[in-house]
Amino acid sequence: MSLIEIENLSVVFRAKGRDVRAVENVSLSIDAQESYGLVGESGSGKSTILRAICGMAPVSGGMIRIAGQPVPTPRGRAFSTQVQMVFQDPYASLHPRHTIDRTLAEPLAIHGLGDRDSRVVQALTDVGLPPAFRFRYPHQLSGGQRQRVAIARALMLKPKILLLDEPTSALDASVQAEVLNLLNRLRAELGLTFLMVSHDLAVIDHMCDRIMVLQHGRQVEELTRDDLAAARMTTPYARSLFDASADRMLDSPTEPAR
Amino acid sequence: MSLLDVKNLRVTFATETGLVEAVRGVSFSLGHERLGIVGESGSGKTMTGRAVLRLIRPPGRVQADAMTFDGQDILAASEREMRALRGKRIGMVMQDPKYSLNPVMTVGRQLTEGLRLRDRLGAADATAKAVAALEAVQIRDPARVMEAYPHELSGGMGQRVMIAMMLIPEPDLLIADEPTSALDVTVQAEVLSILDRLVRDRGMGLIFISHDLRLVARFCDRVLVMHKGLVVEEIAAANLLQAQHPYTRGLLNCLPRIGGPRGPLPGLDRTGAWATEGRT
Repeated sequence: MSLIEIENLSVVFRAKGRDVRAVENVSLSIDAQESYGLVGESGSGKSTILRAICGMAPVSGGMIRIAGQPVPTPRGRAFSTQVQMVFQDPYASLHPRHTIDRTLAEPLAIHGLGDRDSRVVQALTDVGLPPAFRFRYPHQLSGGQRQRVAIARALMLKPKILLLDEPTSALDASVQAEVLNLLNRLRAELGLTFLMVSHDLAVIDHMCDRIMVLQHGRQVEELTRDDLAAARMTTPYARSLFDASADRMLDSPTEPAR
Repeated sequence: MSLLDVKNLRVTFATETGLVEAVRGVSFSLGHERLGIVGESGSGKTMTGRAVLRLIRPPGRVQADAMTFDGQDILAASEREMRALRGKRIGMVMQDPKYSLNPVMTVGRQLTEGLRLRDRLGAADATAKAVAALEAVQIRDPARVMEAYPHELSGGMGQRVMIAMMLIPEPDLLIADEPTSALDVTVQAEVLSILDRLVRDRGMGLIFISHDLRLVARFCDRVLVMHKGLVVEEIAAANLLQAQHPYTRGLLNCLPRIGGPRGPLPGLDRTGAWATEGRT
């Protein structure tokens, strides 16, 4: 049985009296410990799918099931011990006036979990940060360190599923490599399931077993990693994304697109 | 003759904890070509771009042995002379449309402001020119965008509005600071081809600041690789893949590739002599 099942999901926002169909009839299923990628341009609805799973966007139609159970509305505490999200911008997703310690301990307090000190220290160690970082504020950390804190926070309740919304697009290339390596290590060690969103095909390819290409809120094509590497996409849109990918530029630096 | 000559540029900030050197002796000259400046955050690439326009405010200080644009000494120019250069002769596209456009002015008013004040055009002429500029950056519905406020536009649209704004006065030199980082790959390609056409057809000089090595390799003629305020390598873009410097190589290697190996990505080794080079 699949861990995450999404059936004919639609998300409709009402803006200025007209309906904006952000996601239309998207279906996918993700097995336990699989890593699944969503790619597409801005406005393709990829982040909205993650937000709909978490209850941050309205589910206007269709069904979301986690481990066979339809997700409750509101999502509730049981849900947050299963599913957690890491956001794109580590500069915006951490509370600027809370110490790292307070940020990491908040989920513990909400869920009434004890042993706060050792859990916070363990979480920091897991993401490769020194325990002394507990007493710092977000502005005293670099972007990569902040994203590590955001990942640590997501792991505080030991969820099985991580939703990753462009987790490295705000980071430098070298820092991106470190964070991607960290995510892969944690996935292997903790047996996590990833649903990851990115506009960078090379990042998705590095991280994910299967990917779905989205455009204007609709699913265009589902590809395995091998299909992508061998350029076996069947739709023109997926091919145009592949061709425009920055990664491809390295192959023909002498023939720039003019 | 080169358009821009910079010799031993230094940008320093006096802070509570002492002097911070953001740029530590950068020299380059630019003709009618596309020069890329790449580096990580904090490498001084943005400061180099801003220093050329003397856009660094105190406590920041700009020093250089020489900095000339089209024969004119930028360091010695008065603030009045700088205003005549900025926009009209040297344009700059800033990184983030969220912070660089005026949030309480419609796009149309921002685009026509310069035309009306600087070029003394009438309202109708200015509007026509602004609409033409928006069309030139592939905005499909310029009439709607003219009426819109910046928050009503997506990041990509905002970025294109800023590029349109900079291109209206037809500058001789354009400094583009991460102009495509907020854009989708397909829109990115469009914006790059617009810039490319301007360099080829109008002989504009372009300084293209980016953290994306792959993009710069493909788009520019020449690349300066910066690290901690120093240029560690200058190389023809076509040879970037054969770069010798360990920092450049490290930056290239830590990027994932489609169909590449699945193992951990190599991190950047910062232990080499270059990493501490020139530090006092």
